[in-house]
Amino acid sequence: MAMPDASASAPAPSPAGSASATPVLEVRDLKKHFPIRKGLLRRAAGYVFAVDGVSFSIAEGETLGLVGESGCGKSTVGRTVLRLIDPTSGSIVVGGKDISSLPRAEMRPWRREMQIIFQDPFSSLNPRMTAGDIVGEPLLVHGEGNTAKRREQVAALFERVGLRRAQMDAYPHQFSGGQRQRIGIARALALNPRLIIGDEPVSALDVSIQAQVINLLMDLQRERRLSYLFISHNLAVVEHISHRIAVMYLGRIVEYTDKTTLFTNPQHPYTEALLSAVPVPDPAIKRRKLVVQGDVPSPVKPPPGCHFHPRCPYAVERCRVESPALREIAPGHRVACHLR
Amino acid sequence: MTTIDHDAALLRAGAHVRGPWSAAAHLLRRYPLGAAGAVIVAVFILAALFADFVSPFDPIATNARASLAPPDTTYWMGADFMGRDVYSRIVHGARISLAVGAGSTALGCILGVIIGLMSGYLGGWVDLVVQRVMDIMQSLPLLVMALVMAAALGPSLENTIVAIAIPLIPHFARVIRSSTLSLREQPFVEAARATGMSELRIAVRHVLPNTLAPMIVLATAQLGSAILTEASLSFLGVGVPEPHPSWGRMLSESAAEYVRTAPWLVIFPGIAISLAVFGTNLLGDAMRDMLDPRERT
Repeated sequence: MAMPDASASAPAPSPAGSASATPVLEVRDLKKHFPIRKGLLRRAAGYVFAVDGVSFSIAEGETLGLVGESGCGKSTVGRTVLRLIDPTSGSIVVGGKDISSLPRAEMRPWRREMQIIFQDPFSSLNPRMTAGDIVGEPLLVHGEGNTAKRREQVAALFERVGLRRAQMDAYPHQFSGGQRQRIGIARALALNPRLIIGDEPVSALDVSIQAQVINLLMDLQRERRLSYLFISHNLAVVEHISHRIAVMYLGRIVEYTDKTTLFTNPQHPYTEALLSAVPVPDPAIKRRKLVVQGDVPSPVKPPPGCHFHPRCPYAVERCRVESPALREIAPGHRVACHLR
Repeated sequence: MTTIDHDAALLRAGAHVRGPWSAAAHLLRRYPLGAAGAVIVAVFILAALFADFVSPFDPIATNARASLAPPDTTYWMGADFMGRDVYSRIVHGARISLAVGAGSTALGCILGVIIGLMSGYLGGWVDLVVQRVMDIMQSLPLLVMALVMAAALGPSLENTIVAIAIPLIPHFARVIRSSTLSLREQPFVEAARATGMSELRIAVRHVLPNTLAPMIVLATAQLGSAILTEASLSFLGVGVPEPHPSWGRMLSESAAEYVRTAPWLVIFPGIAISLAVFGTNLLGDAMRDMLDPRERT
């Protein structure tokens, strides 16, 4: 259930004043519908409802884990928050300012506040640039310092993420997967952002390397009061790094609470199913398993009512017609289910 | 991803290679045909560069007494009806062929890269319009298109280069567009966007350098057809005008009248054209194999 060396490292630090202080990021009713264009005139013949009304907030120094199956829209949430994709509707409030419809030029100062770490350590680095140039590029784009100063900053970043200064002039293919991910982390840190979005940042790595990278991310969070939006399909990893967790299913958040509550007292049938799918490394333990039938429905034609009802073992008539709201059933525990 | 990670692939393929000489030996063993092509191209380049030193006669000077002299120790490849040394003219003709070939390929490449990059990067209706124009241009054979261009522009060295460059544009634009389409979705492009980099700068800094390998391959391959097109245009009388010695015109001047009586006037320029095209094609094929990781075992 836990990371290989989860017991060895300290538990995730609890965010100070997560309830009182203004959140680093607040997302309200975010929607992203991708048009499917057909024909010569490229008219929208339908929409992919990738993200369909998602709300959450992240406090300073906090990690929000965003979990769900592939195709549920969790990566789209990350990219929309960064404005790499323009949202269809909803608001993205960063440090008190709604950036959801800022023009490109006015986005620039907000780009310093948030950066991204990608899943694939190979395609996330330009193969024709040296590692040092890759890490220094954000500084160059924002016109920081001169060449010598930037190089010094990059060298410091290299050392902070566990790379050697001498490796600055090497090209990405000369590094291992884990080292490449460290370069990606250094690049994300270069502008000293407050929020880092990790889009499955350890999923492509070996398990032993995953632990190292996660520990690096947690150390950096402690040092710099960083906030993370940690997108993953790996519940064990999310449990280790997150303070709170949001479970996504087909473009919507179905359960949203702190990590302990989620793992000990899951309320949504989908969360229950996800948790029972996590393998336990002990064949003697027999668990009651909730196995979900069928596949994830297409986000082009999501089922009416609750998106999960076709696969839900507890579904009743109301689930087929009425979409459940994300209700607070206990302090800090929100569930989108008619039955709770 | 592997398709654009040529550096890594090259390194893997030649991982045991140390110095430049052992690297050359390795390439020779691996791509013997490509090496032969490189040698042929190198010989033509040297001939073009040092034409004045390796040719015994002035390529334009006429000599009535040597008219239609067959190949002997003075005129190694014979002389034409005006008594001009065929060997000297072929050596100097290499200059014209390579200048037109390299010039038109470079021009077509630059224009094609700009168009392809814009088309692929901007997408939408720009892409649609540009691609249909490229379709129309490609529907005509290279020679026909170049012939129309050359006839419209009038015969001169510069116009010949332009006339051949324009039909080459769609070939480059296509290749650059398709690599751009896949590159612009790469996470490293998204990372650059996340730092607030302008789209133009992303296209130049992140997309363009990664299209370089397919572009070099295509340029080498197109060099041969550009040389051939120059010869064809000159043969048809719309290419490089007198007094520049052009292989194509050397052929056309003598093909009808002297092919029976003085075959050396036709054979040697013909060999020069074939050899130059053959050499660049061999080199182009080898470069494609060398830079394509999937071709390697």
